[in-house]
Amino acid sequence: MKHKVLGAVLLSCAHLAWPATYVDVPGGTFPSALGNDASAGQAAVQPYRMRATPVTRSEFGAFVASHPQWQRKNAPRVFVDSDYLADQTLGDDRPGSRGDQPVTHVSWFAAEAFCEAEAGRLPTWLEWEFAAAADATRPDARGDAAWRAQILGWYSRPASQALPAVGARANYYGISDLHGVVWEWVDDFNALLVNADSRSAGDPDKLKFCGAGAIDLQQRDNYAILMRVALLSSLKGTDSTSSLGFRCVRPTTIGTTP
Amino acid sequence: MTHLSRRGLLLAAGASILAANTLAIADERAPAAKVTPLPAKSIYQFPVSLTDQSGKTFQLAERRGAPMIVSMFYTSCQYVCPMLIESIQATEQKLSPTERARLKVTLVSFDPEHDTVQVLRKTADSRSFDSARWALARTDATSVRKLAALLGIQYRAIGNGDFNHSTALILLDADGQIVGKTSELGSADAEFVKALRRTLSSS
Repeated sequence: MKHKVLGAVLLSCAHLAWPATYVDVPGGTFPSALGNDASAGQAAVQPYRMRATPVTRSEFGAFVASHPQWQRKNAPRVFVDSDYLADQTLGDDRPGSRGDQPVTHVSWFAAEAFCEAEAGRLPTWLEWEFAAAADATRPDARGDAAWRAQILGWYSRPASQALPAVGARANYYGISDLHGVVWEWVDDFNALLVNADSRSAGDPDKLKFCGAGAIDLQQRDNYAILMRVALLSSLKGTDSTSSLGFRCVRPTTIGTTP
Repeated sequence: MTHLSRRGLLLAAGASILAANTLAIADERAPAAKVTPLPAKSIYQFPVSLTDQSGKTFQLAERRGAPMIVSMFYTSCQYVCPMLIESIQATEQKLSPTERARLKVTLVSFDPEHDTVQVLRKTADSRSFDSARWALARTDATSVRKLAALLGIQYRAIGNGDFNHSTALILLDADGQIVGKTSELGSADAEFVKALRRTLSSS
């Protein structure tokens, strides 16, 4: 087996109109790209389970069918912008359809609602970053310049090109598509208070932040991760774009009795 | 130009999607009627239960009917948060007593773990504000994240009981639509006061 899958579980809950595969991620302490915290750049992540693939168009189609308040014509504009589910034919499962592509054009509020319907939530940034540090064989491949270059290469794919089907490129944990397909919402996207301009020390902007000020980004050679932080920190909860999707996480089952 | 808009411009450079949303805020007013559905952009569509400094629990949507200044804070904050309260008080002082009597103020804590009702009450008792119109409130952690997203406020726990957070006073009209915003601290923002007056006279 090419990669080590830590307890993949296929869950097909009776109350769900779609099945979802979650895999265990052990968590631990790792150097995050987000610095300036009390923990001096070392972030602790509790064990969790993460969706093996991003949410697809067909899965989101099943969700809006059972949750009509999240259909494009019904969702209030305080939760979604005018691009919400634009250019989508959801729920089309026919062979050759786009149902296996990651859903995009989804606001943070809609993504949270989907995850809650799936008995989960969006991952925190640290949970996402922890899982995304892995390549196919190593839990943390970020020190490998060739791996970083490969990720950056994926981002150079033209935005006009159709998105690939989910499920390729499984990493060490058995999680696919963390890089190279879409950007992904995180639960605490509005916690990424990145200093817009690191030269602004001493300017009145500091009053905007209570406490220790904005995050200092670490690992400055890890451009792909820094791009992601910059993108997420610029978003509002209602935003939806053609390259922004999501996946969900659930609490771990490790060490708990079933 | 306020600090907020300067920062906003910097961020917008990276995401042009922001502009269209901001401009559309005031455009969608529901027709006036006795019991109308909430406007599409009303944050009162977010079902959230808050508990204030007196232990009273209420739905945010129950604030419908009068303009409200809303912001987020945490009680153990030493620096910006006292200034936040002083800024709202300075803003209120620019209003006539009649105008002031119709304005509600709700400050929601980022830190529900530490900001219990007792802590909120202690903070309220130490500040001289009108507790009939002002609420220091708490809710669950998931709702804090969603409310902050609705209000466009960023915050981050930094591990030692402190939070980094952006600071903004947000003005909601009687239907819960955002009609004003300022991040000016320490004194009343003249533009914000103008928006406040306009909203009070039209609702």
